Amino acid sequence: MSENEVKNLEDIFEARIARDEKIEPKDWMPEKYRKTHIRQISQHAHSEIVGMLPEGNWISRAPSLRRKVALLAKVQDEAGHGLYLYSACETLGISRDELYEQLHTGKAKYSSIFNYPTVTWADMGAIGWLVDGAAIINQVPLCNTSYGPYARAMVRVCKEESFHQRQGFEIMLKLANGTPEQKEMAQDALNRWWWPSLMMLGPTDAESVHTAQSMKWKLKRKTNDELRQQFIDQTVPQADLLGLTVPDPDLKWNEKTGHYDFGEIDWDEFWQVVKGYGPSNKKRMKDRVGAWEEGAWVRDAAMAYADKKEKRKDLKHVG
Amino acid sequence: MKNQHLYNYILGIADNSLILGQRLGELCGHGPSLETDIAGTNISLDLFGQVRSYFQYAAQLSDDNSATEDTIAFLRLERQYKNVLLVEQPNTDFGYVIVRQFLFDAYHLLFLRELENSKDETLAAIAKKSVKEVSYHWRFSSDWIRRLGDGTQESHERVQEAITDLWMYTDELFHQTEADQAMIAEGIGVNTSKLKDIYYKMVSEVLEEATLEVPENKYFHKGGKQGIHSEHMGYILSDMQYMQRTYPNMEW
Amino acid sequence: MSKNNWPLWEVFVRSKNGLEHRHFGSLHAADAEMALENARDVYTRRSEGVSIWVVESSNITASNPENNGELFEPAADKVYRHPTFYDLPDEVKHM
Repeated sequence: MSENEVKNLEDIFEARIARDEKIEPKDWMPEKYRKTHIRQISQHAHSEIVGMLPEGNWISRAPSLRRKVALLAKVQDEAGHGLYLYSACETLGISRDELYEQLHTGKAKYSSIFNYPTVTWADMGAIGWLVDGAAIINQVPLCNTSYGPYARAMVRVCKEESFHQRQGFEIMLKLANGTPEQKEMAQDALNRWWWPSLMMLGPTDAESVHTAQSMKWKLKRKTNDELRQQFIDQTVPQADLLGLTVPDPDLKWNEKTGHYDFGEIDWDEFWQVVKGYGPSNKKRMKDRVGAWEEGAWVRDAAMAYADKKEKRKDLKHVG
Repeated sequence: MKNQHLYNYILGIADNSLILGQRLGELCGHGPSLETDIAGTNISLDLFGQVRSYFQYAAQLSDDNSATEDTIAFLRLERQYKNVLLVEQPNTDFGYVIVRQFLFDAYHLLFLRELENSKDETLAAIAKKSVKEVSYHWRFSSDWIRRLGDGTQESHERVQEAITDLWMYTDELFHQTEADQAMIAEGIGVNTSKLKDIYYKMVSEVLEEATLEVPENKYFHKGGKQGIHSEHMGYILSDMQYMQRTYPNMEW
Repeated sequence: MSKNNWPLWEVFVRSKNGLEHRHFGSLHAADAEMALENARDVYTRRSEGVSIWVVESSNITASNPENNGELFEPAADKVYRHPTFYDLPDEVKHM
């Protein structure tokens, strides 16, 4: 294909997206569109399955049977969401095994927030309330993104996730209204998860490399800073309702802007964690790689059995 | 308590599901594939659902007005848990996980089919609901036994080792406690001694299909039903009871 | 590392009797039985279905969007296939 022809196809392609048409797997697409989507969708999928680990850490210690089943179901949903997203990614011509390989070798990234340890039960509340809260703000606009399989996966994810944040908030509410010890546990969790949750919405617009292109392809509807402001504005009143204090001395309602002003985010910490030096990066990767490697003989056995069964069936037909 | 035997009988049934559910819960996020992970969690959730029904019923029977499903689940001493030794065995590898599940599912399915006819309406109702869940567990675990047994050389060896190791916990499934006998006499409990032959036939058929050897043990382990557990049990409970023990008398 | 990977399957679910099976998504499984069981565990956790079909993705033949012109556009001007093409007096109410 000549350069001109490609340019022409690209123009038609961009015009389709601008008209809100969906792109489907077999449609022609610019190589950059494919690559960007593989990167974002897989990063999203990786975040779901690595995200299972910090919460999985408390399944065996959940304080009541009701909490235990809710947490199990939530972590299971994350596996499901990872699966939907990997499937969407696979329609772009890359296999799940290749995507795992990228994760396990550190080539692919996942949400940095899952590199923080879950140290008390209240962390289950804080993660559901704050981390899922921030995730929902990010995800809802994606239900309308330009790539059909991604948009469909997100519709399913958002529908199922509606219980996750409520589950977390309910845990926080119970703790906040509980004994002084419980309330302290809740406050401590808010203190530890607040800033990482703000960071989770991505670097400031000035430093974000992908925003403009992502906006055009509807991978993003709002900038990181806009999303962060939205998150803060909706979460602070919830903290008030819980009777907990957001750990930011500079946090103040601004009558003029109609938003909360907030303090400086420690971006050095953010980049440290992104680059692999957070408190739990190593442990998370060790667990993922371990599960995959220890499962190899199981996956091989299932394939070998399927082959044998197929051959036996063929023999019967011949007979 | 007016009906101590019934209470103990319910705990005997429920503790198996509780401890097996707990073991499966430990695996969430660590399965050999995403699909298998999700399946294992489903089984765990089924078991915990059953546990809640049983314990809610037991709490009603208890003389202790403050008894709830959670005090029964989390606040007993190790010697008061009545589960069989089989379900507390560790998640050594996926082979052990599947074999433990398979050996328990076969029993659980036969047991629930009988419990559906219990004179105790609550138990019969729980059994009626659970039997559908457990039919699926049995389907899932026996399919995996076939895959691992008749898969690769490595999987065959691994799963055979698990069968040989865990086989000695099967006989205990059919031991009858005092509560069991009292409940059988009242038409509430299941006469498990009648299930034993069918159980071994059911299990052996799948093993043979899976090209696995059926062990011919002379010796079996027992004691779980009397609260004499393996050394694993203390660790399971310290995990499971951690919150309730560390922060007594709080709501979560 | 695994020698060969579980193939991809497409999952179709009938959400209740009276409705058609609809494409729900895909998953990996070693064989058809496993695909069916995985589909049950992955896609019907919230009572979404009463019947499942699975088909290995490689068995699906799909049309190529490059041929959309010749495949689908010729149907666009065949307006006589639609009831609105025909003029009837208003007195004929239901037809």
